[in-house]
Amino acid sequence: MNKQISHLGVAALILLAALIVGVTYWQTWANAGLADRQDNDIKLVASFTIKRGKIYAADGRTVVATNVRKKIGGQTLYFRRYPTGPIFADVVGYSTQSRNRTGLEQSYNDFLTGSNANLDTVFRSTFDRLKGSTVTGNDIVLTIRPGLQALARRLLQGKCGAVVALEPSTGRVLAMATNPTYNPNLVERHFAQATRTTAPCGATLLNRATAGKYQPGSTFKMVTASAALDTGRFTPDSPFDDPGYCIEYGKQVRNAGNPEAPETFGHVNLSTGFEHSINSVFCNVGKALGAGTVLKYADRYGFYSVPPLETPENERVASGLYDHGKLFAPKHPDTQVDPGRLAFGQERLQVTPLQMAMVGATIANHGVEMRPHLIERILSPGGHTVTHYEPKRLATPIKRQTADELTRMMELAVQGGTGTAAQIPGIRVAGKTGTAETGRSNINTTWFVSFAPADNPRIAVAVVVENQAGGFGGTVAAPIAKQLMEAALR
Amino acid sequence: MIAVGVLTAVGFASVYIARQDVVSTSSLAYAGFFLLLYLAAHLVARYTVPFADPYLLPIAGLLTAIGLTEIYRLHPDDAFKQGTWIVVAVGLFALTLFLLRYDYRQLESYKYVFGLTAIGLLLLPILPVLGLTVNGARLWVHLGPLRFQPGELAKIALIIFLAGYMREKREVLAQGRLKDWGPLLVIWVLAILVLLETRDLGGGLLYFGIFLAMLYVATARIAYVAAGFGLFLVGAIGVWKITPHVQERVTIWLHPWTTHKVYCPLSGEPALRQNCQSFQLVKSLYSIGHGGYAGTGLGKGTFSTIDGHPLIPGASTDFIFSVISQEIGLIGAAGLLLVYMIFVLRGMRIALLAQDGFSKLLAAGLTFGFALQTFIIVGGVLRVIPLTGITLPLVSYGGSSVVANFLLLAGLLLVSNRANREALR
Repeated sequence: MNKQISHLGVAALILLAALIVGVTYWQTWANAGLADRQDNDIKLVASFTIKRGKIYAADGRTVVATNVRKKIGGQTLYFRRYPTGPIFADVVGYSTQSRNRTGLEQSYNDFLTGSNANLDTVFRSTFDRLKGSTVTGNDIVLTIRPGLQALARRLLQGKCGAVVALEPSTGRVLAMATNPTYNPNLVERHFAQATRTTAPCGATLLNRATAGKYQPGSTFKMVTASAALDTGRFTPDSPFDDPGYCIEYGKQVRNAGNPEAPETFGHVNLSTGFEHSINSVFCNVGKALGAGTVLKYADRYGFYSVPPLETPENERVASGLYDHGKLFAPKHPDTQVDPGRLAFGQERLQVTPLQMAMVGATIANHGVEMRPHLIERILSPGGHTVTHYEPKRLATPIKRQTADELTRMMELAVQGGTGTAAQIPGIRVAGKTGTAETGRSNINTTWFVSFAPADNPRIAVAVVVENQAGGFGGTVAAPIAKQLMEAALR
Repeated sequence: MIAVGVLTAVGFASVYIARQDVVSTSSLAYAGFFLLLYLAAHLVARYTVPFADPYLLPIAGLLTAIGLTEIYRLHPDDAFKQGTWIVVAVGLFALTLFLLRYDYRQLESYKYVFGLTAIGLLLLPILPVLGLTVNGARLWVHLGPLRFQPGELAKIALIIFLAGYMREKREVLAQGRLKDWGPLLVIWVLAILVLLETRDLGGGLLYFGIFLAMLYVATARIAYVAAGFGLFLVGAIGVWKITPHVQERVTIWLHPWTTHKVYCPLSGEPALRQNCQSFQLVKSLYSIGHGGYAGTGLGKGTFSTIDGHPLIPGASTDFIFSVISQEIGLIGAAGLLLVYMIFVLRGMRIALLAQDGFSKLLAAGLTFGFALQTFIIVGGVLRVIPLTGITLPLVSYGGSSVVANFLLLAGLLLVSNRANREALR
């Protein structure tokens, strides 16, 4: 019988050995595949066992995102809290179970959960895991100034629109606000309440500063003037005759104001045309340069590509001509695009506040466009700086001389032109207004793009306010920009 | 015998450390109490079966300790109940050793009693008042607050019967005379019918496997095993054809995940299979996969959702292995399986050393039963074979299982004691 017993023993051992093979398979080869499965709740829960990094405003003290700890099923889980509520919502986004993530919470998830490839972080989080202690993510310090951000939100209260403030020499985002917005603390459990708004428009989750598409109106004249001066085809003193309209395709295109009796300036030069935002002047500039040249300069400023920023790519859009909702890059611009209307910001132009702020900041920075960024530093849980974001040059769309001539023209616009509402006593302000007709009678999208001080710019601001009945860039948007610049420079 | 002490100490040291990790100091009392319990069990064994194999009791201790730790981790209240059952089991273990310490072979004379007892026990849950259906299988008997799975004890009784009967009839069985096969076949067919009725597929596979294994040991006829396998396959296909329950098990085994919604018999509506019938298996696989090489660490695993609901239904019973795999990883899970292998090696060694046919058959049957039960449940959890609900010996939560497996252990120690004593003489 012993032979059979030996056989039986071997058989039993083979069965058990098969189990070892089985468990090895699931825990090694199949491991990654299982982890990627959508319905794998363990991965979901595990993501809540990580103490996500905090997010601070530029002062390093104002906490924008932090965690609350809860004991559930014997495990310590961390849930996100946003002490500043809606003020930073559009930039920071949210991290929840039911609706996943948006904003920096999405795009910097790797850093915030300590799973980024940085050596220091890898060591630390692996060690934490081995020790069995809580994995802590990296902290993020933003470039956004808390006071300026709160002011921007307050100024937008009750309106629909957005504000982007940049530091021209570095590309730091000093403020980025949009209204209406939402309270990220309510997203998980009270989504309907989180997105409720008293503002006269919807889309509370949309970051209008980077994903809102607006007609630029006369603010686009900054781009046209850049092309005019930079190509050497015009100077600020180039003479124009303004009869109150310009002729395009044999038809009159009238200046702003009463259609029956439009503003008429007579003999002017390019500088005056900019100062008073005379459409006929720019119409003729556009016709002279051709749509291709104007679009080429738009392109050099970064139109037609999604502006770089740390927020998720799908929360930003490119500026440019749009046709049937799609970005339209004409192959033959001189036949496909109306050069006169393009030159003063009509045609099918759609731009984002971020892009216009970048145009303003580039002019302020003597023609050098800095890469916009809103993360200053990333800190390890121990407080060491893991990554420090150095200013980076993005492009040089115009010559220094062009930029300085434009600055002068923008200063004149604030001193005695359309943008007088942005004057700050004792500080030289440069700015350009914009008022785009929405097509509904007397309802306008109002713009102001500006920077200050003009001789040594420290802040560039783009403001857009939607749906203003009888409002203009100079009366609605300019005062907002003024208060922000004043607060920033004081 | 020193090994006993060392292994027990190591076993408890690990439990002790683990417990500290899981919760606070109250668990220290647990550890101390169980150390005393095993010391007592050891002393009883020393007194009653001084020549017995020194590895088996510590291994059993280690396994129950691992199980208890994980049960404690999942549901502290259940751990207390399980602890109580372990006390009962150790008590019965001691009683068995004490009563049968001179000669367990007297059991052989009562083989038919055991055979009938096995059938009786298996039939109990079908009785209208006592029976109870849990998770689609009618396996339980309840008497007031007490619930019991008699099938576990039936396993032991069946092995004793088979050992006795086959010892007596092994020569004639080998010749293949129909007359002598009669009682065996009758009991076997009855058992399978009962199992079909109770829908306990895991149990059916276990009893049938034990039967074939013991038949092989007794007759040395591979042909019987082959015939048995054939019979089993025919039976299995037949059962598969007629029972939707079985068909479902096989479907879940082969295709636990679907990319399109399929009919879900639980809700009656279309759903992804991983959200319906194979929910438990799939969640358990995620748990195992999450363990990786080293595991999450004891007490650090994830077994509930963010809202606090349990992730794997039945985690402490049928799916205890996936809990262990997640917390102690591949190293620990493979280690646990190695412990089972050592148990099986020692058990087979006892069967080899035993002097008489009854003892050999008994030890081989008990050991193989232990191994096969482990294979059926762990194999099911790991998708090696279709999943059928059955307990992981000595580790799973469940009183009847612990009691039955301690009786199994007592049996092995008794055989071993006698064999070693004879050898020394």
